[in-house]
Amino acid sequence: MLRSSAFRAFVRQGWSQQCVRKDLKTTAKLSATGSVQHIDADYNLETTPFDFTDENYGEIRKIMKRYPSNYKSSGVIPLLDLAQRQCGGWLPLSAMNKVAKVLDMPPMRVYEVATFYTMFNRTKIGKYNVQVCTTTPCMVRGGYDILETVEKHLGVKAGGDTADGLFHVMEVECLGACANAPMIQVNDEFYEDLTPETTKQVLDDLINGKTPKVGPQNGRIKCMGVEGKTCLKDKPRGPFAPYLETLDAEERAEKKSEKSKEAEKK
Amino acid sequence: MLSSKMSLAFGRASWTSVSRGGSLRGLGMTGVRLMSTDGEEWRASNAEKRYGGLKDADRIFTNAYGEYSYHIDDAMKRGDWYRTKDMVVKGRDFIIDCIKRSGLRGRGGAGFPSGLKYSFMPKESADGRPSYLVINADESEPGTCKDREIMRSDPHKLVEGALVVGRGMGARAAYIYIRGEFIHERKCLEIAVQEAYDKGMLGKNACNSGYDFDVYVHFGAGAYICGEETALIESLEGKQGKPRLKPPFPANIGLYGCPTTVTNVETVAVVPTIIRRGPEWFAGFGRKNNAGTKLFCVSGHVNNPSTFEEEMSVPMKDLLEKHCGGVTGGWDNLLAVIPGGSSVPLLTKDVCDDVMMDFDALKQVGSGLGTAAVIVMDKSTDIVAAIARLAHFYKHESCGQCTPCREGTGWLWNILERMKVGNAQKQEIDMLWEITKQIEGHTICALGDAAAWPVQGLIRNFRPEIERRINECEAVQEKRAAAV
Repeated sequence: MLRSSAFRAFVRQGWSQQCVRKDLKTTAKLSATGSVQHIDADYNLETTPFDFTDENYGEIRKIMKRYPSNYKSSGVIPLLDLAQRQCGGWLPLSAMNKVAKVLDMPPMRVYEVATFYTMFNRTKIGKYNVQVCTTTPCMVRGGYDILETVEKHLGVKAGGDTADGLFHVMEVECLGACANAPMIQVNDEFYEDLTPETTKQVLDDLINGKTPKVGPQNGRIKCMGVEGKTCLKDKPRGPFAPYLETLDAEERAEKKSEKSKEAEKK
Repeated sequence: MLSSKMSLAFGRASWTSVSRGGSLRGLGMTGVRLMSTDGEEWRASNAEKRYGGLKDADRIFTNAYGEYSYHIDDAMKRGDWYRTKDMVVKGRDFIIDCIKRSGLRGRGGAGFPSGLKYSFMPKESADGRPSYLVINADESEPGTCKDREIMRSDPHKLVEGALVVGRGMGARAAYIYIRGEFIHERKCLEIAVQEAYDKGMLGKNACNSGYDFDVYVHFGAGAYICGEETALIESLEGKQGKPRLKPPFPANIGLYGCPTTVTNVETVAVVPTIIRRGPEWFAGFGRKNNAGTKLFCVSGHVNNPSTFEEEMSVPMKDLLEKHCGGVTGGWDNLLAVIPGGSSVPLLTKDVCDDVMMDFDALKQVGSGLGTAAVIVMDKSTDIVAAIARLAHFYKHESCGQCTPCREGTGWLWNILERMKVGNAQKQEIDMLWEITKQIEGHTICALGDAAAWPVQGLIRNFRPEIERRINECEAVQEKRAAAV
């Protein structure tokens, strides 16, 4: 008990901050928001209170219905996600501990998950998490120009936060909207088919408290080509099942012949 | 994506048998062997018949662009959930037989025959363990964005498919594992599942067929590796997404220790339509052993990047010119194409001129169909930088479990970053090749292979370009030294 609290005090004094930055940087996997290690900050201590809201407890009950009762740990990612949303986009240590308690898991198992998946931000980040995709399909369509635009427009480098705490900028890997490259994700929404101008527009809208248009910014519809669609011009036809009908017909014919055979026998 | 990962794992055996055996010295030889493997009968089929030109009436995903509502009533008007009960009642053997006869191959990457895969599931539970169907919607392979359209615009195809395929393998429930970033898509899917429950299509006595079946939507939180089938199962169990050793295969011990099959979204979503319209209808598209229609997603340097459904075996040139408005700056401006998501080696223009888009033809030219995610690069592309960026992707996404992959992906990236500016020595190209060979096949899952192949493709096809950069850099350095 004594040892652990002394250790915690030691950690709080910034030992880890010193060491983590230089000496301990090995091939250990680094998450998008920095070190895999927890670093105490006055807003993110083990003792910082955290509890799910009643509404979220209801949500948790719904989530847990999906998994067998003896495999509660399946709910760890959805619950961490819920906690992160409740905290405004980041995941404090105390929330991880709470999730461990709710799911009857050792806290270490929860930390393992929280550090492995890149969508969990274990340090406080800005209100809008701007994730710029620069993987090859976006890159060849100018993903890095978009990143540069975002960085310049907000005056912050990838990995950093703006001074007003409104934006956090991240360079991320493929977000799965490659036909609509280049694109960024801000919190839950995708903004696609960007140019430096439309990127600025989206950011300005967010700064001014407006809701920017979600999805493609160049007027196209979802993944339909900019030059218009090359297929699906006909209206979809209604329900039909020719194969099942053939099978029905065969079945009927068989029954008929059976019946007639029986009749013949009689 | 390596959603395909599972699939890649299947595909690995056949691939490596062709490509391995190329020692460092034999590099050139390997290249030659790869390019001229057994016959290339696709050239003959190409001359015989030109595939492609699928009619709208034969398209399965009629709402791929989300022009109509995705809700159940509209989906039913478009033909979903029609006679689902009959399919479920006809039972397991009927469904598996239909899938087998249709020639459907997994749409997640490796193209393993789906009917065969589903038939690996135990017929009856000897020990009371339930079986699970896990649908891999963790679509994160760079270039791939096809399942997204299914989930946000036509989710009922997937939900109905889950029931039919689930019945086909005797599963008790289906888990759909969707990637964490797809929040809008997840919501659509959750709504679709709820609607299906409300209409009595799922749950107890699903569709009045007497069969109980549940569909659950689960989501990840940003890890490419979770598209590998066993990593996906680990992640679904609430652990880090680190692939398991096989055997035991998931069909024996999978999710929660129960028999499980992990399969791609598109594979599942096409099944009800195949059964309604008949396996022979589906088998009628594409070449032999490459049957069916397929969602292609084209990104990169084309005038009209989009996602669309087309017949298998369509020539790549037709695909790009008919649907994608051609390569920017014209066909002659084409530099290279990655035909199946970032995990497959790239192809140069001379191959793209007449190659067909199907599993076998692309394998014969030393690449693969993968997820049919075509990344087009024109001559303005810095090809070394493009592949270096992919190397960075794999370095970032390696789970860190196997040393060759964890360390090797970092090395690949480091060396390529230097080669990008020519700051390397020529023998390092061979060293780079050797590293890829040391990674490939020496890891638990196929991510190692997937990291190695694009780099191999680069060296095989663009070695002179890398050498040119090295020469240039050397010349500059010499000049500088002379000046001093």
